[in-house]
Amino acid sequence: MNRHDEFIQTFTILGRDFSRAGSVSTEIKEILQEIGVPSSIIRRVAIASYEAEMNVVMYAQKGELTLTLNPETIKIEVEDEGQGIEDIELAMQEGYSTATEEMREMGFGAGMGLPNIKKNAHIFIITSSPGVGTYLKMIFYLDEERAA
Amino acid sequence: MTLQQIKELLQAEVIFGDHYLDREITFAGGSDLMSDVLAFGQPGILLLTGLTNLQSVRTADIIEAKAIIYVRGKKPDAQTIKFAREKNIPILSTPLTMYEACGILYQAGLPGVGSLRPTTTSNE
Repeated sequence: MNRHDEFIQTFTILGRDFSRAGSVSTEIKEILQEIGVPSSIIRRVAIASYEAEMNVVMYAQKGELTLTLNPETIKIEVEDEGQGIEDIELAMQEGYSTATEEMREMGFGAGMGLPNIKKNAHIFIITSSPGVGTYLKMIFYLDEERAA
Repeated sequence: MTLQQIKELLQAEVIFGDHYLDREITFAGGSDLMSDVLAFGQPGILLLTGLTNLQSVRTADIIEAKAIIYVRGKKPDAQTIKFAREKNIPILSTPLTMYEACGILYQAGLPGVGSLRPTTTSNE
């Protein structure tokens, strides 16, 4: 497919804005439902983007989420300005968390975010610079059989 | 069983969704950790939780839960109820604890997510 078939939309996520936390993922879910993406794929995308969005709200000053759709894949990139991650390998371990009590009271910060993203995205890439920010890229194939 | 039967078993109060009480519920799961719910939740689940903030309804919407039961008599705020209404997710509140509420439903024959065939949403 050529690039003309791409749809790109960027959303802003504000750090510490718990009342809006998750709203971008809700919007993405609605966009994907409208264009008729299979529900199993929507689930994967929504769970991964929600976890990524919560990470920005909890740990960063602000972030941008970019959704790119083409006939074969859904790409979500999240780039934030924040504290970054010192040890990505450690952060990828289930249960490892640096969350505060306040974040845990929100129902998050149990050290499952990045593992949940990895589990749901077909391709997951993460890079981070401590003190600068974190970049995540997730790719989901619309044809799950091809992804397997 | 229907949401109406669950309401009676748990002596629950309907906060939103009286007109959805005929919804058929086939399995349930309980947690206060939304990341855990995102990890184990399956479409159609009945979610029991002690977390009453907006994230509880967002999480229920993302995993396509059929309804939410808040335990220990907790009730969400107006903004959370409004969001549940927008998303057509019925919410109930039971005075029972998480342990008691889950135990009663399980004993009445409502299984957990383990009763479903292995999930297809995992790469592992």
